[in-house]
Amino acid sequence: MAGEEKPPAGGTAEKVEKPKEAPKPKLEAVDASEHPWVRSIRAALPDTVQSAKLFVGQVTVVVKREQIARVARHLKDAEDFKYCVDVTAVDWRDRQPRFDVVYHFYSFSKNDRIRVKCGVGEGEEVPTIATVFLAANWCERETYDMFGIRFSGHPDMRRILTWEGFHGYPLRKDFPLEGIDTGAAVYPEEWPDGGGPPKDDPNRKVVS
Amino acid sequence: MSDDKISQAEKDEAAYFAERAKAQASAAAAQSPSASGTQDAHTLFDVQEMELNFGPQHPSTHGVLRVVLKVDGEKILEAKPDMGFLHRGTEKLFETETYPMGIPHTDRMDYVAAATSNHAFCIAVETLLQVEVPRRAQLIRVILDELQRLSSHLVWLGTSGIDLGAVTPFWYAFREREQILDFFEEYCGARLTLNCMRIGGLPFDLTPGWTERLAEFIADVPARIDDYEQLLTDNRIWKKRTVGVGVISAEECVEWGLTGPILRASGVEWDLRRARPYECYDELDFVVPTRQGGDTYDRYIVRVQEMRQSVRIIQQCLAKLEPGEIRGKVPRVIKPVAEEVYASIESPKGEIGFYCVSNGTNKPYRMHVRPPSFINLQALPRLAKGHLVSDLVALIGTIDIVLGEVDR
Repeated sequence: MAGEEKPPAGGTAEKVEKPKEAPKPKLEAVDASEHPWVRSIRAALPDTVQSAKLFVGQVTVVVKREQIARVARHLKDAEDFKYCVDVTAVDWRDRQPRFDVVYHFYSFSKNDRIRVKCGVGEGEEVPTIATVFLAANWCERETYDMFGIRFSGHPDMRRILTWEGFHGYPLRKDFPLEGIDTGAAVYPEEWPDGGGPPKDDPNRKVVS
Repeated sequence: MSDDKISQAEKDEAAYFAERAKAQASAAAAQSPSASGTQDAHTLFDVQEMELNFGPQHPSTHGVLRVVLKVDGEKILEAKPDMGFLHRGTEKLFETETYPMGIPHTDRMDYVAAATSNHAFCIAVETLLQVEVPRRAQLIRVILDELQRLSSHLVWLGTSGIDLGAVTPFWYAFREREQILDFFEEYCGARLTLNCMRIGGLPFDLTPGWTERLAEFIADVPARIDDYEQLLTDNRIWKKRTVGVGVISAEECVEWGLTGPILRASGVEWDLRRARPYECYDELDFVVPTRQGGDTYDRYIVRVQEMRQSVRIIQQCLAKLEPGEIRGKVPRVIKPVAEEVYASIESPKGEIGFYCVSNGTNKPYRMHVRPPSFINLQALPRLAKGHLVSDLVALIGTIDIVLGEVDR
C-alpha cells in the first residue's frame, strides 16, 4: 500500500503529466511530514509545522497560528504557490483550540494544491495573509463575518455578507439555524430584543 | 501590451489630476484678490468628489449588488462593492442535511449555471468517498456541463450587451438559451434549478431521442454564434465601449485570484478542464481560448470562443455515448470517513470548488464553497478605478457575476 501512495507523495513531476488521483488509494490519511513542500516549510521556518498528512493525493499541513503569514509568503516565493484559492474556517466547538483556519494555495508550475491549516482559539487573532495575496482579502473578511475570527493587520476588517452591527457569527456551530437578533441593529425601536424567536419559544430549536 | 495600457491609463490619470490642480490653483489665485462676488460661481463648480450609490436595484448590477462609488464628475475614484443582500446561509444548510440533500442547494447559488454547481458538489463528495463514476454518466455530465456553459455565456452575452445598449443580441442569445433550457427540462424536469446530478452519477438516463435532437440543435449553434459575432465583434459602438476598458494583466489576475474567462483573456492559458482534467475531459479535443489584451473586449472574444469549443466538446461526447450504467457504486447511506477534501471544476465563471469536511456521520461537518463570482468581484474596485460611471456597467457585465453565488 505504501508503494501505491508514493506517486502523489514523492515527485510532483508525475502529477503534472497525470493530475488525476491515483486509481484506488487506501481511504486513510497517511503521514506526509517528509513531503518536499513540508520539508521546504520546515527548513525555512523551523518549529512551525505541527503535522502534515496526505489524503487522496491532497497535502494538508498544520502550522502554528503566529507563523501563517510567513508560511504563505514562503509558499508564494519559494515554492511558487502564486494563486490563493480560498480561505475559510471550520468550527470544532468542543476542541481546543476551537477553530481551524484553512487556506488553499495553487501552484501553476506544479499544477497542484496545498492546504494549510492553523488552529485558532476563541478571541485569538490570526496574522492576515491579505498583504501576501490580494485574493485573500475578501475571503478573510468572510471568515471573520461567519466565524468571528479576526485577522490582525488586515486592511479592511469589516463584515462582508451580513451588515455592520449584526450580532453573532452564523457559521459557528452554536448559532441557531433559524437565526438570532436579526433586525435589532437596523430597527432597534421595533425589535428591542432582536428579531429572532424569543429564547423561551418552543418553536425555536437549536440545530447542530 | 496590457502594461502599456495600464501605464497609459495611469499617465492619463496623473495628467488629469495635474491639470485639475493647476486649474484649482489658478482659480484660487484669480479669486484671492477679487471680491466675494465670484465666490458662488466658484463653489458651484468646485464640488469635486461625491458619493454615489450604484444599485442595489440598478438593472445592470445583475441582481442585488450595491456599489458605493466615490466619483469626481463622471470619473470613478473609488468603488466599494457591498453585497450580502441575497445571503441565505447555504453553507450552514449543508451542515444540517445529508450529503444528497445538499445538491438542490447548489442550484440556488449560481442560478444560471446550476449544472456546474451540482457537478462540483458531487465531485467533492465523490473524491471523499473515492467513488468511480461510470463512463456513460461521465459523458452525460460533460454534455450537461457544456450545455450549461453555453447557456450561461448566452445569458452573459445578452445581458452585458443590453447593458451597453446593444439590444438586438439579447433576443438572439435568449432564443438559443430557451432551446437549451428545453433540453434540460426534458432531461430532468427543471429549466434553471436543475438538480441534475447525483453523488456517483446521474439521477436519470437520457430520454429517447434526446441525443438526436441535441445533435441537430448543436450542429446549428456555430452559425448562430456567427450571428452574434456579426452584431458585436466589429461593431464600432461595442468596441468603443469595451476596448481598453478594465485592463488587467496576467500577474494581477493571479494575484487577485481571478479565474475563468477573465484570466484567459489576460493571456494565461489555464482551465481546470485542461490543467486538472475531471470526468473524461482528458480524452476530448478542445482548445482553451486565450487573448493577450486583458480588457473587456478580449473577455468577450474569449467567451464567444469558449462557446464554440463547448459545441465541439458536446459533439465529441455525443459521438462517444454508449449504453451503460449511470450510477456508480455508492452506499445507500453516505457516511464518508472523517477526512477533508477540496475538489473543484471549471464553471462558466471560473473555478468553483467545494471544501468538504466530514466527521464520519451522514451529514457534512463543514461544506465550504469557493465561489468564482465572489472572488472575481473582488477585483471590481481595481478594474473600475479611473474609468467612467458608464464603464462600470460594462465592467460588472464583463466579470459575469451571479449574486446568488456571491452571497450564497
